[in-house]
Amino acid sequence: MKLSVLLFAAAGACSASAWAQPQASGETMANTCAACHGTHGRVGEDVAMVPLAGMDKGEFIRAMRDFRSGKRPSTLMHHVASGFTDAEVEAMAEFFAAQSLKGGER
Amino acid sequence: MSDMQRRTFLKLLGATGALAAGGGFARSAFAGSAPHVVVIGGGVGGATTAKYLKLTDPKVRVTIIEKNPIYIRPYGSSEVVNGHVTMAELEVSYDALRSRYGIEVITDTVTGYDPERRVVETAGGKKVGYDRLVVSPGVQLHYDAIDGYSQAIAESKIPSGWIPGSQTQLLAAQLKAMRPGGTFMIVAPPNPYRCPPGPYERASLVAEWLQHHNPTGKVMILDPKNGFVTDTTMMLGWNRLYGFNVPADFRKGMPIHGDWPMLDHTGPGMLEWIPARDGGTVKRIDARRMEVEAENGVHRADVINVVPPMTAGKVAGLLGLTDDKGWCPINHRTFESLKQPGVHVIGDACASGMPKSGFSANTQAKVTARAVLDLIAERPASEPAWENTCYALAASDYGMFVADVFMLVDEKISRVKGPRFQPLDASRAQIRMSAVYQQAWMKTFTDDCFA
Repeated sequence: MKLSVLLFAAAGACSASAWAQPQASGETMANTCAACHGTHGRVGEDVAMVPLAGMDKGEFIRAMRDFRSGKRPSTLMHHVASGFTDAEVEAMAEFFAAQSLKGGER
Repeated sequence: MSDMQRRTFLKLLGATGALAAGGGFARSAFAGSAPHVVVIGGGVGGATTAKYLKLTDPKVRVTIIEKNPIYIRPYGSSEVVNGHVTMAELEVSYDALRSRYGIEVITDTVTGYDPERRVVETAGGKKVGYDRLVVSPGVQLHYDAIDGYSQAIAESKIPSGWIPGSQTQLLAAQLKAMRPGGTFMIVAPPNPYRCPPGPYERASLVAEWLQHHNPTGKVMILDPKNGFVTDTTMMLGWNRLYGFNVPADFRKGMPIHGDWPMLDHTGPGMLEWIPARDGGTVKRIDARRMEVEAENGVHRADVINVVPPMTAGKVAGLLGLTDDKGWCPINHRTFESLKQPGVHVIGDACASGMPKSGFSANTQAKVTARAVLDLIAERPASEPAWENTCYALAASDYGMFVADVFMLVDEKISRVKGPRFQPLDASRAQIRMSAVYQQAWMKTFTDDCFA
């Protein structure tokens, strides 16, 4: 956890890109994806959602960036991707890249 | 603990039989044996907490105390009303939590606790010691808050079906048996309410069913509010599918041109929404005459479905965790109760500012699992993150959503600014894909919580 906490007067909501504040770990943020993309990014082959476990880091970052800009069409991924900064996306990308697709012993 | 809490607790002990002196329970300690986390409530919040505790640290002992042997999921349960799924398809087993993760699941009802000695008591006479307690009690419905309504009426004639079970089945049977051209009325709840299974989605699915099976039937929604989450996207769906005329103040941004514009319908549609400002607030229900008295007059209906006001699940009050409004105030970083140290409250029952949905409970559970392990290990608290997505259907192939990311700002859960809803100019393909993903989510979500 980062110890340097920059305190800004943040009224109401925070912006995805505006200022530095302590960042959640890649795993903590990746856990918010799991409701659709499976625990640690593992979903079955018969599911509409894309598994994220084992996804190449660059591919994940590119996908999130293109969802955010609207370059890649989506249903709600534009909305979700807009909620994370570049640094947060990178931390999630690193977590998912380190997961095996099968998961082995859970 | 405060004096007031102590008195409440002593009263609890008095009501349930005092703890035998010296206990007779094995309490785990930090030194030596593994810490023990007890979770009260085996719904989405409780199950996810237990699973993610074990995923993060398999050495922690985790016990769920849940009164029902099988979970019946509320999300998607309106699909029993229109016959898309059966009651059996709503059932979720605790087997995977037991066998895959080594979580103990006790089928029992909590009757009280000793927060100082950290022991939970059950109706079955068990005394379960804990190091940290997580309470995920869901909601309780206040049937009696509406004049003329009661739990007995809900179970026999005017079902709520908000907590899925026999009332859901009764409602499905009533819809099928409704006379041609009859009116299906939904009495919507005041804020705040546990969203699933979604009053407005339920209205849509009933309207869709009527189109196929009772085309002159009608759906009427009486509402004590003047709006709801996803109201504009839902109203556009109603406009396109059920002849609903969108009120003037909801028309901003509606598609006027293009291949699928909002329409101005000449006659009354099959779905009517009466908000508070038009007299939609219900004052009284006459079950014998099947009449509902709202501020704008008396409405007769053939089927009446009431979503009563609600507060945190009963056990939260029993354990002294609720405020004067009936919800549980919490620390936003750790979900630790502001009423009782060592106890965390998550899901519908907690006053987090997030929507009261399964998705919220699921991400709160993961944050809480981490916080509980940090606290037990006496580590600094981790930085949290949450998400919520609520999908909704205007019809089986017409989906929509609200999607939010939440971060902690100044120790408060804050929604990250950005787009929230399906755009009003979404294409037919996007709308259909929302419905496809909604159906797929039922499985991925249930697996993330319970498997």
